[in-house]
Order: sequence, then structure tokens, then C-alpha cells
Amino acid sequence: MSLLKSTDDLLSLRERAIYALGVRVPGASQPQFRNDVVVCGSTGCRSANSQQVLKALQAQIIQRELDKAVRVISTGCRGLCAVGPVMQIFPSGVFYNRVQITDVPEIVEQTLVGGKIIERLCFRDVAQNKRLAHYLDIPFYNRQLPIVLRNCGLIDPQNIEEYIATDGYLGLTKALELSPEEVIEIIKNSGLRGRGGAGFSTGIKWELCRRVAKQPKYVICNADEGDPGAFMDRSILEADPHSVIEGMVIAAYAIGAPLGYIYVRAEYPLAVIHLRRAIAQARAYGLLGENILGSGFSFDLHLKEGAGAFVCGEEMALIASVEGRRGEPRPKPPFPAVSGLWNRPTVVNNVKTYALTPRIILRGPEWFSSIGTSKSPGTAVFALTGKIRNTGLIEVPMGITLREIIYDIGGGIPKKRQFKAVQTGGPLGGCLPASALDTPVDFDSLTEAGATMGSGGMIVVDERTCMVEFAKYFLTFATAESCGKCVPCRIGGQRLLEVLTRITSGAGTPRDLDEIERISRNMREASLCALGQLTPGPVMSALRFFREEYEAHVYDKFCLAGVCKGLYELHVDADRCAGCGLCKKACSQDAISGNRKEPHVIDQLKCIQCGACVEACNLDAIVAQPRGKGVHAIAVA
Amino acid sequence: MPQVNITIDGKKIKAEAFKTVYEVATANGIYIPALCHHPALPPEGACRVCLVEIERQRALQPACTFPVTEGLVIHTNSPKVREARKFALELIISDHPLDCMTCEATGDCRLQDLAYEYGVKGNEYTGGVQHTYPIDDPNPFIQVDRNKCILCRRCVRACNYINGVEAIGIVYRGFKARIAFGMDSTMQDSPCEFCGSCVEVCPTAALWPKMSLGKGRAWQLKKIETICSYCGVGCRLNLHVRDNEIVKVTGADGPANHGFTCVKGRFGYDYVNHPERLTRPLVRRYLLEGGSKAATDHRGGGDGKNGDGLLATGNAAADFVETDWDTALNLVAHKFAEIKRNYGGDAFAALCSARCTNEENFLMAKLTRQLMATHNIDHCARL
Ligand SMILES: Cc1cc2nc3c(=O)[nH]c(=O)nc-3n(C[C@H](O)[C@H](O)[C@H](O)COP(=O)(O)O)c2cc1C
Ligand code: SF4
Ligand code: SF4
Ligand code: SF4
Ligand code: FES
Repeated sequence: MSLLKSTDDLLSLRERAIYALGVRVPGASQPQFRNDVVVCGSTGCRSANSQQVLKALQAQIIQRELDKAVRVISTGCRGLCAVGPVMQIFPSGVFYNRVQITDVPEIVEQTLVGGKIIERLCFRDVAQNKRLAHYLDIPFYNRQLPIVLRNCGLIDPQNIEEYIATDGYLGLTKALELSPEEVIEIIKNSGLRGRGGAGFSTGIKWELCRRVAKQPKYVICNADEGDPGAFMDRSILEADPHSVIEGMVIAAYAIGAPLGYIYVRAEYPLAVIHLRRAIAQARAYGLLGENILGSGFSFDLHLKEGAGAFVCGEEMALIASVEGRRGEPRPKPPFPAVSGLWNRPTVVNNVKTYALTPRIILRGPEWFSSIGTSKSPGTAVFALTGKIRNTGLIEVPMGITLREIIYDIGGGIPKKRQFKAVQTGGPLGGCLPASALDTPVDFDSLTEAGATMGSGGMIVVDERTCMVEFAKYFLTFATAESCGKCVPCRIGGQRLLEVLTRITSGAGTPRDLDEIERISRNMREASLCALGQLTPGPVMSALRFFREEYEAHVYDKFCLAGVCKGLYELHVDADRCAGCGLCKKACSQDAISGNRKEPHVIDQLKCIQCGACVEACNLDAIVAQPRGKGVHAIAVA
Repeated sequence: MPQVNITIDGKKIKAEAFKTVYEVATANGIYIPALCHHPALPPEGACRVCLVEIERQRALQPACTFPVTEGLVIHTNSPKVREARKFALELIISDHPLDCMTCEATGDCRLQDLAYEYGVKGNEYTGGVQHTYPIDDPNPFIQVDRNKCILCRRCVRACNYINGVEAIGIVYRGFKARIAFGMDSTMQDSPCEFCGSCVEVCPTAALWPKMSLGKGRAWQLKKIETICSYCGVGCRLNLHVRDNEIVKVTGADGPANHGFTCVKGRFGYDYVNHPERLTRPLVRRYLLEGGSKAATDHRGGGDGKNGDGLLATGNAAADFVETDWDTALNLVAHKFAEIKRNYGGDAFAALCSARCTNEENFLMAKLTRQLMATHNIDHCARL
């Protein structure tokens, strides 16, 4: 450990650190280790036992006396969480997935010693129907452009020197040589827009804050990430915490703030550990604290664990929570840049926004604005989930289409089912239908299409999803997370949920469709914060693009997707049924009859619509039909 | 603060920058309804009844919080504004009992006024969930009926910013949110001092003085302004009187109190019509008629109640008898003079009270120092 007193100190440490990174640096000369094996140590792979695999691997390497030649490193998220635990071997780039402890001796013997690839552990690409051995062969990776995620899966997040080896804190040294105004100018010229959801210009936000005369000022990192299913920010904090810290120091220098806070979800224990360690290391190296790198600029950081509320991601609620008050938004203006934490000028930015800034300072605003689209430069990070083959974490240039993300990177919809909709922007976003698949993914195009960019959740659903129920799911979340301060959100959200509940239970009336629009319109206009204003988003977009489904629920009491209980009957589609009998076995009510190799039939009087047969059938032959009508149709046939 | 030029409903107005739209409009005679806002409290922006349309703003904005800046063009009564206000009121009413007929606050309820103004006739969301909270706070002064609470948080702010006690807060989120006292116990068990500031600002009957329940409604009561008799602060009060009986006290806007009071001024009025209240001076009989005083043989039965013992002793000559003020005061004056003559001024001491005005305390000092010629004077506020 060394205290860095100047840029020169940092540069000479960087030389040593690059050497220490060994074969993970392309073309490394005389590395100490022949192979570096990186095992994903992020939450997703951890829950699939990656830590045990890592320990087994280490033990095996020591046992085989390979520990002078091979080193094992625990890194952050590799993105392909669906097939974890994953590992990659440097310098070859061989990538293994679904690695079990029992695979470890074979990996050591075959691959690390023998240099052979174990076919079984390679990623299986469904489209090409083959196993791909190398990381960069995998379409999931080769369509991506990692900037924020560039160190994920490369470096040990708990070792500051590995970050320094990958250009870490170089952006800061460059910023400290510029005046704060020049730093702000670079960020402004890069066109960087906040990655927390609203997409406000980061440079303008900093400039506003710099101009306010009050002192002290604060910088805050919004790491609350409360969207269900989203884990972009968590992965970054776990995999590359120093990139966020460096971004915050640069922001603090730009606005003139002596102190910052990272507000992190308490439900992210690993991110909290990594952040604490990273802050301690940055302090020990003199990258936080008094007189950073001899520049005369001083800045320190505190960690504040969140109180477990989605609304605390809203910047004013977040500030209230940091102050130790109940996490509730207050009306803006004044904006936090003018009056934020303890009524002082405060910049609040998202994790990804901070992680991007050192790169922009280092590589220049032109480099950044050449990526993506003119109004949304740079990359977007998404957590891809739902009915999609490759769920996981991705970073793509803005302007890429939804289709490319879902089919090329995501690998399409499993089980040969039809794509139905994609929800972006999390629970406050909106859903888009197949006709919108060629929409470019950027702040303005998504908003124009009827959804939002949000902070990076992307949920894909197939034909088996009921769009009323889907919207109701998000609405249930948003109303439960409303802080309850203002009337339109507190009571309006509840009333909107009641309307949707009526519709999904078959009690909806034509007037309810107008009610959805009336409540939504007013919630948008009248709610205090963006939570209430955007709560109707999923419902409104679903009603817009899937109105016929809403109408079928209301007029025909029919749920096409076979989800809303009581609003459908299950029937075997005789054309598709192969008579295999799997459904018959799965039915607990003995409701299904039929001879082998002949179409089966469901007895509607016995069927309780549990859906077990639907799951059991490999041919998707069991379909929902309107109640009563189905029986009639079959009788006539 | 610099002056800015703004336009409200077509009217050009010069205003002090950063005052709220509500303040500026109200000062210029333009009406904007408000429910959660109270002029004595910091704005909250919770009820959304004061929404106005401000050009170049994405959504409607609350007049009670929005600061005026140069060039704002504001519409306070556009169709969009009226729709949103009515929407908010309908939502509030959809979770509010419609028992105005028997409600204490009828005639003195901000919600009722606005529902009338905006033509909200009843629950627009029949069948929707409504809260049913028990009304059971055991404290002697304030009835808490959360069913009538509209979560305007005026009480929370009054307790925090006026009385500085922070006894009230909000617990739970979303539709489940409600007011709570202390660590969500009862008002009785919270740090509450029963100053009633929360009752003062509550726009509905959610917080109501228990002593006033069933004693008459706003239009049946005569309001009489007075000054609190309890202490020298001199809070201005409104006595609400029916049939010559005080049934409620509220704060009036005086220079010392700006509409708020403490527990004594607000709730300590039952002595006024109390049967045991002394209305004429009492003097021991022997002082008027002669005879000897007897210090022993209290008839009070040893139950420790001073009153009994004082009023009735075994010796009839020592009993209290009613007299007139001149007689009583003359007697005291003679006795004081006698003490001074026989034993000197230093045998006399005075302890004055914070319940007296400055003027009264000044006179007491004069009496002690000049007439009694002693410096033996002190004041309870020094304790
Ligand atoms: C209900 C709600 C939740 C939010 N949650 C987050 C969050 O988890 N992370 C985040 O960065 N921004 C979140 N935001 C947006 C923040 O209010 C704020 O705009 C953002 O942190 C600003 O940073 P940026 O300019 O870098 O995007 C949320 C907003 C709302 C209304
Ligand atoms: S819109 Fe919802 S979350 Fe935002 S302040 Fe109002 S009640 Fe709270
Ligand atoms: S009576 Fe006074 S102290 Fe008690 S809760 Fe109300 S405002 Fe607070
Ligand atoms: S009790 Fe009264 S003042 Fe307090 S929040 Fe409820 S309605 Fe408002
Ligand atoms: S009076 Fe302005 S929001 Fe309630």
C-alpha cells in the first residue's frame, strides 16, 4: 500500500499494477502467472454456488502445485447470470458456464494443464445450435459495448491496484489538472444524460450547482435501485466500485463539494462490503481525503444504507432519508442543485452516471458523443429478464433497436413462443408491442413510443402473459411503494388498482376503461413526484397497445392468455395434440381423458384451471378459450 | 429579495421573488383554494387542491409551494386545474365518512367547504376500500378520529414547528399511511403536551377537543375574543360560548401567540363555571367580628384535603365568611401596615407570579420596596 501524493506517484503505481494484472492485459510480457482464471463472484453466480467452485478450484490448483502458474480471481458480474456460475480463462478467452464443483478436477486436468476445451461446459447457442468455446464468439457478448461494465469480470473489485491498472483514477488526475469549469464543459459537451431515469443533462446539473453561492455543497450517489428485477447498479458496485468513487470525486471537484454520500440499498450486502472496502482503500491511497494527489482539493465520502423503500430512489426522498427523516419527496423547485441535502446545493447522480464520467474525462467528449445517438450519446445498461433466453446484464450503444437486444443479444423467446411485449423503465415505465420492436433504444425514442428509458430494467413477455394482469402487477408494486404523502398517488393509485382488479376478476364494466384513462390522466398531472406521475404508465401503455385484451376482459369476460382465473376455459387443441398423455398425468383432478396418440379432452366440470396441464404439455396444445363458448365449439365440431 | 413581474389570470403583478404563488395570489385578491396549507406552517404540497397551471411547466404545480420568478404566467382556474382539484377532492371523499350531518366540524370544515365549492356530491368510487380505524385515544383532551383524517399533515407540522414537541408523525406507506403519536402508541403515551396546536390547525374533525363534543356547532356558538388569564404572555383567545357557557377555546391572532396557545389557555377553562369557584373574597370570621383564632381541631377528617380544613375549622370564629372586596383589601392593608410598624419592613416578603402581567409585577415591586421598605421580593419564574 502506498500513499499517492501526486499524479506521478499514481502513474508509477500504474506501471507496477499493469504488470501485476498479468495475462489479463492483452500481450502482457513475462507475466508472473501463465493463466488467470476469473470466476464470477457477483450475487447471481454466488447464489449458484460460485464461491464453492472457486474454493475447490483454488484447492485443486494448490494440490497440483500449479499455484505458481495459475491464479484464481473472483470478479464482478459477467452478465450471463442465467447460466452461472461462469468462469473465463485468460489469456485464451475460454468461457465456461454452469460450472459445478464436480467439474473442477476436469477443468484443471483438461484445460489448465492439457490446454483442451471441455465442450460440455461451453455456452450453448440455441440459434446456431452449437457450443461456443470463446467468450467473444458468444453473440450475447459480441454485440455489446462495455464502458461502464468494462471491468466487470476482468478485475478483482476489492483490489484498488487492479482498478488503477485499467486506467483507474487517470480521469481524476486529468480533471484535477483542469479548472472545475473546464471539467463541467467537457461533461456538457459530451452530451451525457443522467442514467437514473429522467435523462437530465449531467453537465447542466453540475453547472447549476457550481453557480449557487452557498457552502458547503454535497455530491450524492443514488444507488437505491429499487425496481423489481433490476440489478445494473448493484452489479457495477459489486464489480467496479472504484469507478463510481472516481466519478464522484470528479463531480465533487467540478461543483466544489467537500463531502459526498453513497446512498445504497441495504438489501445489497455484497455491494455494501465492496464499497466500504473501496472507500477505505481510496482513503489509504490518498484518493479520498485531504489534498488529493497534491492538488489541494479535499473530498471525503460516507456510505448511507437505505431504508428499503423504492421511493427513496427519488432524489428528494433520498435526501430526506440521508438527513434521517422519513423518505418522502417534497415539491420541486427548489431543485437539489440549489437546495438539497440540509438545504445546501447538492448534486444527485446515478451509479452509472458517475461510472461514466472518468471515461469521458479521460477519452474526451467527442469520443463519448460519437457513441450512441446525437441526443442520447453513450451506452445504456440493461438488466434483461422475463421470457427471454439469455437473461442477464448488458451494455449496448444507444440507438440499438429493441429487436437487436431481444433477439440477437437476448437470444429470443424460449419454447418457440411468440414475443408479446417488452416493458422498459421498470414499474414506472411502459410496455411496447411487437410493432415497436424496431424502435431505437434511447431516451427520446422510447418515450415517444410510449414507454420510458428508466434506469435500465427490460422485461420481455410472451403470448402467455395477460397484459391486464401484467399492468396490475406493476401497479400493485407502485401503489405499495407510494409514500402516501400526496392525494393523487396515495388514493388515486389505490382506486386505479381497484379498477384493474375488477377487470381481471371479470367484474369490469365499459365505464372502467374510461375510468382508467381519467384516473391516469389526473395522477400524471396532479401527483407530487414522478412516482405518482408515472404510476399509470404501464397501465396506460398496455391499454393503448393491447386494448382488445382489456375489452375482451370487460365485454366477453375472457382472458386470452389464460391467466385471469374464471375468465377462460382450458381446451386441448386437437390439431396440435399428439396424444402423449403428459397433461393427463399432470392433472390432479382427473379431468383429462383420451387414448394414446389421440387428441385428449378436458372435462370442464372437473377442471379447476390450475394450469398444471398447460405447463406439462410440450406442444403448447392446451389453450384458453372463452367460457362456455369452447364447449359449444367442440360440440358443433 | 428582488421584485419580479408575473401574470396571474391575465393580471400583471409585481411580486417579491421566491414568495409562493399562493402567497402572491392571495395578497392580490386572487382566490386559490388550499387544504393542506396553513399560513402559519411551512408549505407541504400534499393535498394538491391548490394546483395551478403554470406555462412552460410539464405538469400542474401546487401554488402553496411554487416560488415566483420573473415572467411566470399562471392560470388559477383553467378547466384542467378544476378537473385536477375536483379529482383530488373526490379521492379524499372516497375515503372519508359522509356523516357531516352529525359531525362536530360541520360548518367549520375546510373539506366540507371545498367539496361544496367543487360540487363533489358523494363517493365517486363506491365499492373502493375505506379505512375503519377505532376512535380510542385515552387522553382526556383530544379525540383522535383517523377515519376523518385527510393526511394533510398540518398537525404534524404544528407539533414540530409551533410547539416543537414532535409528538405526531406518519407511519406506513401509500394507502396504509396514517398519523401516529410517539412511537405509534397513543397520544396519551406520546411526548404530547396537549397544547392543542394540532387541533387548532386540523381542517376536519379528525382532531377535536373532547370537552366540546356535542356542545354545539360553529354557527351556534358566539365567539368572544379575550386575553388568556393564565399567564403574562398574554395570548389572545377566542372563547366559543353557548348559553353563557364556554364550550371551546381556540387561539386568536394576537401579537404574542399568532393563533396558538398552550394547554392551559386551550383546555383549562372549566374553572369558569365551576361550582367551587371563588367569586367573592373570604375572610376568617374573627377578623371581622373579633374572637380568637384556633389553629387546631381541623374538621377535615384528616383526609389531607386542605380545602375542607381551611373552610371549616372546629372553632366557629376561625371559619371563612364571605365579604366584599373593599373590606377584604382594607383588612390586608391594615395588617401589612401593622407588621411594618411592629416588626419592620424586613418582616415582610413577597413572591409574585408569572401569571401576573408585567404591570402587576411592577406594582408589586413598588409596594414591596417603597411602601413596605424591603427588598424581600422574588418571582416564581426564578425557581
Ligand atoms: C420513485 C423513483 C425512484 C427512483 N429510483 C432511482 C434509483 O433507484 N436510482 C437512480 O439513480 N435514480 C432513481 N430515480 C431518479 C432520481 O430521482 C434522480 O433523477 C436521479 O438519481 C438523478 O441522477 P441522474 O441525473 O444521474 O439520472 C428515481 C425516481 C423516482 C421518482
Ligand atoms: S406521488 Fe406518491 S410517492 Fe410521490 S409524493 Fe405523492 S404519494 Fe409520495
Ligand atoms: S397537543 Fe400540542 S404537543 Fe400534543 S400533539 Fe398536538 S401539537 Fe403536539
Ligand atoms: S389529524 Fe387533522 S391536521 Fe392531522 S393530518 Fe389528519 S386531517 Fe390533517
Ligand atoms: S394546499 Fe397546496 S398542496 Fe395542499
